[in-house]
Amino acid sequence: MFDAIAKGFRQAKNRLAGLTELTEQNIETALREVRLSLLEADVELGVVKVFLARVKEKALGEVVRVRAKGQGGETMKVSAADQFVKICHDEIIEFMTGEGPALTFAEKGITGIMMVGLQGSGKTTSSAKLARYLQKDGKKPLLVAADMQRPAAVEQLQVLGKSVDIPVFNIPGESPVAICEKAEAEAKRLGRDVIIYDTAGRLAIDEALMQELADIKTKVEPENILLVVDAMIGQDAVKVSKGFHDRLSLTGVVLTKLDGDARGGAAMSVKEVTGAAVRFAGIGEGTDKFEEFRPEGMASRVLGMGDVVGLMKDFEDVV
Amino acid sequence: AATRGGFMARLKAIFTGKKEIDPAILEQMEEVMLTSDVGVKTTQAILERLREGMAKNELSDADAVWAALRAEATRILSIGGPRPAKEKPLVVLMVGVNGVGKTTTIGKLATKWSADGKKVVLAAGDTFRAAAVQQLEVWGKRVGAEVVKGKEGADPGAVAFEATKKANEAGADVLLVDTAGRLHTKVNLMEEIKKVKRTIAKAMDGAPHETLLVLDATTGQNALTQAALFKEALELNGLILTKLDGTAKGGVVLGVCDELKVPVRYIGLGERAEDLREFVAADFVEALFGKDDGEAEAA
Ligand SMILES: Nc1nc2c(ncn2[C@@H]2O[C@H](COP(=O)(O)OP(=O)(O)OP(=O)(O)O)[C@@H](O)[C@H]2O)c(=O)[nH]1
Ligand SMILES: Nc1nc2c(ncn2[C@@H]2O[C@H](COP(=O)(O)OP(=O)(O)OP(=O)(O)O)[C@@H](O)[C@H]2O)c(=O)[nH]1
Ligand SMILES: [Mg+2]
Ligand SMILES: [Mg+2]
Repeated sequence: MFDAIAKGFRQAKNRLAGLTELTEQNIETALREVRLSLLEADVELGVVKVFLARVKEKALGEVVRVRAKGQGGETMKVSAADQFVKICHDEIIEFMTGEGPALTFAEKGITGIMMVGLQGSGKTTSSAKLARYLQKDGKKPLLVAADMQRPAAVEQLQVLGKSVDIPVFNIPGESPVAICEKAEAEAKRLGRDVIIYDTAGRLAIDEALMQELADIKTKVEPENILLVVDAMIGQDAVKVSKGFHDRLSLTGVVLTKLDGDARGGAAMSVKEVTGAAVRFAGIGEGTDKFEEFRPEGMASRVLGMGDVVGLMKDFEDVV
Repeated sequence: AATRGGFMARLKAIFTGKKEIDPAILEQMEEVMLTSDVGVKTTQAILERLREGMAKNELSDADAVWAALRAEATRILSIGGPRPAKEKPLVVLMVGVNGVGKTTTIGKLATKWSADGKKVVLAAGDTFRAAAVQQLEVWGKRVGAEVVKGKEGADPGAVAFEATKKANEAGADVLLVDTAGRLHTKVNLMEEIKKVKRTIAKAMDGAPHETLLVLDATTGQNALTQAALFKEALELNGLILTKLDGTAKGGVVLGVCDELKVPVRYIGLGERAEDLREFVAADFVEALFGKDDGEAEAA
């Protein structure tokens, strides 16, 4: 199955195989194959177009560079295909890489992290995972159950909190905004230094519920607002992330369910439209299945080419 | 090039030459399909069929081409097949990857069937996820349906077995079996769900009568492998497409239906009990390819 998926990109490479130089013409052909591969990986169509334009520009630049080199009597020892793959690979990494640290911590006092996203994307699970992750790092998190909507959402966070030995705050019958507002006092009382707010799933077009998030943001002024995105999401990734970003100014993204075989093109789409990069990856249901996101590892997956990294090394060696 | 559009040239094309659909229409259609998650492969296949299937004099008429696209999509989605048998209890097994809406859909179906005067029993077959049983219990209470559950961490097959027996004894009309979300690539979890199905069959001959796969409309191309692997493991009777109340179009079901021939039965349009509809291919296609897209653009 993976082979079938990887085919598109391999074809791009094959189109160039044996050719010693990138030219305007063979770049066009290869770009068409890359387009297919990225669409298969669920990168949003508009983002694919932007990506291809940038790769084309770089590849053409490379043509010029090689020509200049060639005149100097040097020869390129790598094939056009490898060169092209490297340009794509680097550009994808560029598309996914965020600047600065994954999380911002308050200089003094308590740090806030708000988890937002579509229904079922993995907010509650990721809240518990992040709490555990921070706890291992010496922090003292408090989990706040601010989903008063989905049946047993509070219980779910309570069970998870208990399993990682982290307190969970909730006030039965209260509104999410009120609960979040009162969480800080509770954190102080318990001597906690990070608060993670688990909010209810919602659609970006649900005006009332988006306003609720904006209200929570105003009340608690969290340093971090993380959008939790399912790695299996398709073209909708752009509308969703834009919708959340416009209302809340996202600071980062958690990409969940990467333990499956989804190619995860959303990692490119979301960053391109919001500027907020994927910072954490969910790689299983257990609270320990959580890690910092590494764009390098993800690039091959999105491209649909497992052996790119090895190829890259060869390239680095000859150039 | 000057003669290309000339009368003789056109005449010649009508009688002999192979005429092509206006590339601008094709491009527009491709864009609509790709941005609706129809996927490259299915999009190409559909466009190819349009080219072949259309009469030559329709090829340059944009409305006719769009109408042909809608007709082709409707054809793909209109999969027949036996409707659920009149078993008592009718045992329905709900499966799918994590977070797609299995438990909520069970709550919705239970509401619908209860309102039809049917006696409904629910089986809490998700013994894994935190508070999954409590979630189903909330739905059971809302609907007034009994929930059969096991001890925490119980074997899901044992719960399903027990529930099938109980539903039988209680003279229930329908038993809805909830299961834990599982990624189709996890071999051990797919083995587990196969076993749940076999265990249900041991409790009642011919059960489960319906194995329904829940797909999330926001899912992209991965839905194809989800459906393929769940079908391979369990022989699906139908699909339920959830979360169509958002901006996602769910176009990937075109590929799923085209390749696997499993019909879509219901669609989910929200989180509430009443947000479930029977799937109507023509309506879905209208929402997918409706030409007046101003609404979606404004959103
Ligand atoms: N395989 C896998 N499953 C995950 C991952 N993260 C979350 N899940 C599962 O996805 C499902 C939904 O997760 P939740 O944390 O309940 O999602 P949510 O966003 O809080 O859902 P709502 O509150 O209903 O909007 C659950 O079955 C989780 O166990 C992951 O990284 N991998
Ligand atoms: N907007 C919208 N949300 C839905 C729909 N169906 C389910 N949901 C929401 O999606 C989230 C996940 O639904 P669940 O029913 O818990 O999904 P599940 O497949 O049982 O999840 P796991 O058991 O964790 O694998 C919940 O927040 C539901 O309220 C729908 O049609 N539209
Ligand atoms: Mg939740
Ligand atoms: Mg469930």
